[in-house]
Amino acid sequence: MRLAILDSGHGFGSKILFVLIRTVSRHPVPEIIKLIRYRPDFFGAPMKEVVHEAMRGPSAWSVGDRELMAALVSKMNECEFCTKAHTAVAARAYHDEAKVSAGLSDLDTAAIEQPLRATLRLLGKLTREHAVDADDMRTVLAAGVSREQIDDALAVCFAFNTIDRLADAFEFFVPGPKAFEVGAKFLMARGYR
Amino acid sequence: MSDIAQARKELVARILEGDGRASHAQRRAAFDNARLAEPLSTLIDTVAKHAYKVTDEDITAARASGLSEDEIFEIVVCAAIGQATRQYATAVAALEDATKTE
Repeated sequence: MRLAILDSGHGFGSKILFVLIRTVSRHPVPEIIKLIRYRPDFFGAPMKEVVHEAMRGPSAWSVGDRELMAALVSKMNECEFCTKAHTAVAARAYHDEAKVSAGLSDLDTAAIEQPLRATLRLLGKLTREHAVDADDMRTVLAAGVSREQIDDALAVCFAFNTIDRLADAFEFFVPGPKAFEVGAKFLMARGYR
Repeated sequence: MSDIAQARKELVARILEGDGRASHAQRRAAFDNARLAEPLSTLIDTVAKHAYKVTDEDITAARASGLSEDEIFEIVVCAAIGQATRQYATAVAALEDATKTE
């Protein structure tokens, strides 16, 4: 973590929570939690509302689909922390690790439904090139994706285009795979609030 | 469908218009990735365009320019949300465009 305040500038309540997390999980406190709990009224609290709604709010996309979108956006941003975190959550949500790794490594050949594939391509382009046009949208609509589903996918994309940037700018520590498994279990059980 | 419109509006209003250590003008400039002097302009542009390329030196330079860690925290948050907002707005406009002509 590049800013000392994000590492150790938290209030008493958060410091107690961090001790609990370390004790119960037997892993370091995920640095996303340190970010979210630092002066939460400025960023953490309002951001959590956005992320929870995007990832767990009502949607025609499943939780697994949205976690895979989060992982793909993070991969496009070359954000190691978030890619690993949401790859683990998506695999858990789908009960299918192979589907997630295929979707992330070769979208064209992965055994995933056409509407999801088209949507992932759209989010990938938007993240990589910072823009998409009406023709890109028509392609996704033609693949059988509803307007509402595109809106929902763009919400996921917004959330992770924010979080990925912060994870890398502040340089979150990237733990081993076991820590991400613990995190994924927590996010499946509790969501983002 | 999920609805982030209200939550997103509140988030952006909070970081740009609410209380903070960095000035409102500085937070707005970071959000817009415009009107910033060096070394901040490099840091903020990197956060916006390819955040994985941010270095320790970028943060050190921001500190050396007289900014506190709290100010750096705030303006980096504003830069990240600003870029994500522009991408989102472009995509929503493209979707409007595509569905309008159907």
